[in-house]
Amino acid sequence: MSTDAISRTAHAPGSEAELAEIVAGHFTTGQSLRVAGGGTRVQTGHVAGELLTTRAVSGVVAYEPGEMTLIARTGTPLHEVEAMLASEGQALAFEPPDLRRVLGGDGTPTIGGMVAANASGPRRIMAGACRDHLLGVRFVDGQGRILKNGGRVMKNVTGLDLSKLLCGSFGTLGVLTEVAMKTLPQAQARATLAFPGVDEAAALRIFSSALATPFEISGAAFHDGIAWLRIEGLPPQLAYRQKRLQDLFSGREIEILDADATVRLWRDLRDVTHFAGTEAPLWRVLVKPSDAPAIAAALRGLGGQVSLDWGGGLIWYCGPGEAGAVRDIAPHAVLVRRGEVEGPVFPRQSAPVERLSEGLRRKFDPAGILNPGLMEG
Amino acid sequence: MSGIAMPQPDIRILERAPQIVASLQEALPLDTVIFDPEETRAYECDALTAYRCAPLAVVLPRSTEEVAAVMRVCADMGVPVVPRGAGTSLAGGALPTADCVVIGTARLRDVLEIDTDNRFIRVQTGVTNLSVSEMLEPHGFFYAPDPSSQLACTIAGNIAMNSGGAHCLKYGVTTNNLMGATVVLTTGEIVELGGPELGPSGLDLLGLLCGSEGQLGIVTEAVLRIVPRPEGARPVLIGFDGAEVAGECVARIIRSGVLPVAIEYMDEPCLRAVEDFAHAGYPDCAAVLIVEVEGSPDEIADQIARIRDIAAALDPVEFRESRNADDALAIWKGRKSAFGAMGRLGDYICLDGTVPVGQLPYTLRRIGELSKQHGLEVANVFHAGDGNMHPLILFNANEPGQLERAEAFGADILRLCVEVGGCLTGEHGVGVEKRDLMGAQYDAVDLAVQMEVKDVFDPAWLLNPAKVFPLEASAAHRLKVAE
Ligand SMILES: Cc1cc2nc3c(=O)[nH]c(=O)nc-3n(C[C@H](O)[C@H](O)[C@H](O)COP(=O)(O)OP(=O)(O)OC[C@H]3O[C@@H](n4cnc5c(N)ncnc54)[C@H](O)[C@@H]3O)c2cc1C
Repeated sequence: MSTDAISRTAHAPGSEAELAEIVAGHFTTGQSLRVAGGGTRVQTGHVAGELLTTRAVSGVVAYEPGEMTLIARTGTPLHEVEAMLASEGQALAFEPPDLRRVLGGDGTPTIGGMVAANASGPRRIMAGACRDHLLGVRFVDGQGRILKNGGRVMKNVTGLDLSKLLCGSFGTLGVLTEVAMKTLPQAQARATLAFPGVDEAAALRIFSSALATPFEISGAAFHDGIAWLRIEGLPPQLAYRQKRLQDLFSGREIEILDADATVRLWRDLRDVTHFAGTEAPLWRVLVKPSDAPAIAAALRGLGGQVSLDWGGGLIWYCGPGEAGAVRDIAPHAVLVRRGEVEGPVFPRQSAPVERLSEGLRRKFDPAGILNPGLMEG
Repeated sequence: MSGIAMPQPDIRILERAPQIVASLQEALPLDTVIFDPEETRAYECDALTAYRCAPLAVVLPRSTEEVAAVMRVCADMGVPVVPRGAGTSLAGGALPTADCVVIGTARLRDVLEIDTDNRFIRVQTGVTNLSVSEMLEPHGFFYAPDPSSQLACTIAGNIAMNSGGAHCLKYGVTTNNLMGATVVLTTGEIVELGGPELGPSGLDLLGLLCGSEGQLGIVTEAVLRIVPRPEGARPVLIGFDGAEVAGECVARIIRSGVLPVAIEYMDEPCLRAVEDFAHAGYPDCAAVLIVEVEGSPDEIADQIARIRDIAAALDPVEFRESRNADDALAIWKGRKSAFGAMGRLGDYICLDGTVPVGQLPYTLRRIGELSKQHGLEVANVFHAGDGNMHPLILFNANEPGQLERAEAFGADILRLCVEVGGCLTGEHGVGVEKRDLMGAQYDAVDLAVQMEVKDVFDPAWLLNPAKVFPLEASAAHRLKVAE
């Protein structure tokens, strides 16, 4: 692995070919690269190497609303893509979060960064994650080879699915240059059921009952004593679903939030703004939902605060605690905002998974020049 | 045997067959190992029946540990391994070689855990697709991917092929519903990928595994996402007098914001065959769409009204609603019997290339032209909502040369799918069937990187030989091992 110091040099190639040339050059010299889109999703301050940003490999290649597909170069700002889809009444159904409020910095989130981070918001429980909406990729591997996988169609099982592997690989296996995404119609109506005065255990009971109904709950989150359920659909569906859920929870106090309030609330929950405005370390933990109350309580015991999303399957912990202490409680914890915490961003995996992951990194990035060490636990 | 070449069996392995069987018997309970040629013949092919080859031996382990024991013996002795579920692959994905050991999932049948609070089921992978949903029914849940072969096919095969089904438009294919897997690696190590959590905290190895056609490891257990059963579901049937207008209707429905669970398409040759066979009472027209929506009775009525408005603007030959369960069955009857109906007309090859939905009309027209050129009939029945086509090429296997002609026609169709921006296979997998066409979709370097990934998991290239990667392209990887 490269031991270069963090460098101030920045590369912002304007095309895939140019980008490939830069990577190929670094492959030859062994000098490492800090790969980024807008640099808004993961803190790479500790990663050695010159900055390589996809920012200038930008532009929507094709958008076909009738086919529900969008192809864009990876530097394309996410907000441009979202505006374009909205003009056709569509969206990225997995609701990618915007972590700038939490992480600070002045970058612009890109569609490539979203894929590299497999960034998925509250609707993940219903619609799946970013990786479930990714149809294909083009990328440059650590030798500077220009590669493609998948395509632009909804169903494709031709060969190994490297798109999934690249999604969530945080630039460690290759630099994404183009992605094809599935788009979906936006919900036409939405509302939120708010359950005040509950703790995590009660919230989990609400989530489990609600998520066992066919009412297509598209958000189930908890923070600061309130549990929320979001419902969406065509206008008649919404009214029906709201009524049925109110009946189901007739013994509980419920407050209904209208469409506007719903949009605001879930944007905030998506972006974890309740843990913005502080430098305290922020951890993201994926758990079996029913384990959430116990793990949340243990994490709170370290002195910070927690919130839940994904029906309890996602815990945010904001507060003090060494990496070891946090991961003793939550072995899968990922360090999103470092604060004063030392150690790796990603947790250690089981021995065979570590060996396979390392084997894959060696194939895709034999010189160890792409975000070296970032995903090693 | 027809056009697709298989490598010569390794004489050094065949010569040691008795020792290999003895080692397997030593490692496993006696009744687990099958080597009598009378019995191994039952495993000589899958649903791609034109290609057959009995394996050296078959093992039917009962647990992950037993699979690991088999894998260790095979790795030690350098014997290739072909994993097998129910053998319904249409791509020859489970085709044995004479020098291989087949690891069958027939006795991996246990349901290990149903957890409705956390919305998953954990099973051994030999359970059939349909039985998973049946098991969940009393709990009010189901498992969404529903290949037409669901009565027979196993979760193991579904994972290996990343199988889809009619209802995937709304719920996704196997990879979108697979949360975790227990995998035996070629080293005999047992590894857990994923689990009841909603995603990995490292690389998505599970996503890589799904659809890898037995190239990376043997999947023995799976954690599957389960979904609450909808309150109800109802299809409508829409007949059109042209393929283009039917295609337009599909695109407009999708854009409208109604998300049907399924949009199925049948063309005229298929409609005729289905009418003769199942007497489903379908209209006599160029194209029929079956669109299914879900929800409460009111929700269903509302969605159907929207679809009716969309269709009306396109002047359909017929718009048939189902008012009750019997109507619904009648509408689905023809579609469900399509493959059987086609089977009565003779032998057929079923392709499954996917095209962008907007390219459906053009692709259908070109397939019609190719049909004339090759002198063989073709019928189309497919998942239109996601552009996953199923052209069925009819031929007579007893007439010399017809299989070859059908294969050549099929290859032309698949190349056409790639040309218009689609892919070779949307849900059936590459197997041996489409192996030699991979170059049409992927450059040498795109294929090379996939084979490098296989090198990581299976450095000796023992798993499911001669599938997915063209033999010429994989030669260097395989020979490197032989040295
Ligand atoms: C009439 C008919 C209709 C069909 N309809 C559909 C459909 O609608 N949608 C669809 O997607 N497919 C369909 N298929 C194709 C087929 O049923 C699927 O590919 C199915 O998933 C195969 O499952 P199986 O258990 O039969 O697997 P097999 O055919 O036995 O094997 C399939 C592949 O999986 C590998 N494999 C098996 N077990 C394991 C394991 N434990 N670990 C790793 N790899 C393993 C095999 O090596 C092989 O490559 C249909 C087939 C038929 C005959």
